Amino acid sequence: MCTMIATSTAVTGAGKGSGGWFPISKATVGYDHATHSGTAHALLLDFTNYELGLDARVALELDLRSGRALLAQLELAIEAAEASGV
Amino acid sequence: MWNSFKTDDHLGISAEITTYPGGNGDEIHAYVVRPLSDAPVPGVVLVHHMPGWDEFYQEFAERLGRHGYLVICPDLYCRYGHGTPDDVAAKVRSDGGVHDDSVVADCEAAAQWLRSDPACSAKLGVIGSCSGGRHAVLVASRAPGFQAVVDLWGGGVIMSEDQRTPARPVAPITYTADLDAPLLGIFGNDDQSPTPAQVDQHQAELEKLGKTFEFHRYDGAGHGFFYYHTPMYRQEQTMDGWAKIFSFFEKHLKG
Repeated sequence: MCTMIATSTAVTGAGKGSGGWFPISKATVGYDHATHSGTAHALLLDFTNYELGLDARVALELDLRSGRALLAQLELAIEAAEASGV
Repeated sequence: MWNSFKTDDHLGISAEITTYPGGNGDEIHAYVVRPLSDAPVPGVVLVHHMPGWDEFYQEFAERLGRHGYLVICPDLYCRYGHGTPDDVAAKVRSDGGVHDDSVVADCEAAAQWLRSDPACSAKLGVIGSCSGGRHAVLVASRAPGFQAVVDLWGGGVIMSEDQRTPARPVAPITYTADLDAPLLGIFGNDDQSPTPAQVDQHQAELEKLGKTFEFHRYDGAGHGFFYYHTPMYRQEQTMDGWAKIFSFFEKHLKG
């Protein structure tokens, strides 16, 4: 199915694409048709900088279980980072 | 029909990416397939799916071309830039999707482009899968002049309020009264968009308004079951579905 599930946020950071590292300005999270993961649908994570071109993109296709696991680890790491005071 | 050609038939196609004046007069890309023919042939506007203007759709166009249709498949994402199909589709997704009005305008312009081509007969069809199936219904409803429309598992023909977005503000079923072309629908009974209940609802609306249509629903198939490049592919249902498409186009575009 075409879910059309997609949401975006501005982000600051850097990603490594086919041409090396570049600044990331936008993250989009969707759940829709997968094109490379071998599954019908996947969480689609895109870290992009469209000012640099459409290929300035770091892309992930994850199943839902992996997405939840990643989300949990992100939360743990962020909480630990904030608690560290660094 | 599959394998219905004779081995000594004069058969051939040309296929290329070209440009044509799309909606708003914008010069946009299209994949055009021309069958070798001395006589004019019916035209088909092929509406690509959400994952983009991709290789599947090139092969889709070529298959229709080999069966005697002049096919134009517009790049509905052309204005978003160029790159690999999935890079372009990612940009469109991050921007909230292509607007329905833009799709209708590009497809209406594609139909006009076909009509102006001396190789095209007077009859036109429109076909698409997935979001392209929804768009095929929308185009045939809002742009008169098609003689056949094919919806392959188009989710979102029926939309709840919370499914409406700035890019997809109106459910195509709203325009059913304006649909003046016979409709073929092909669906998998395991699909979640459209669900079998939504297909029922669409069928009821078509019946209520006295429209010409035929729906075929397949057990053991979900969404996208023609997609041989994905695990959604279902061979038996796909081959029967293709037979239904060619029979429908034969009847309404070549009859």
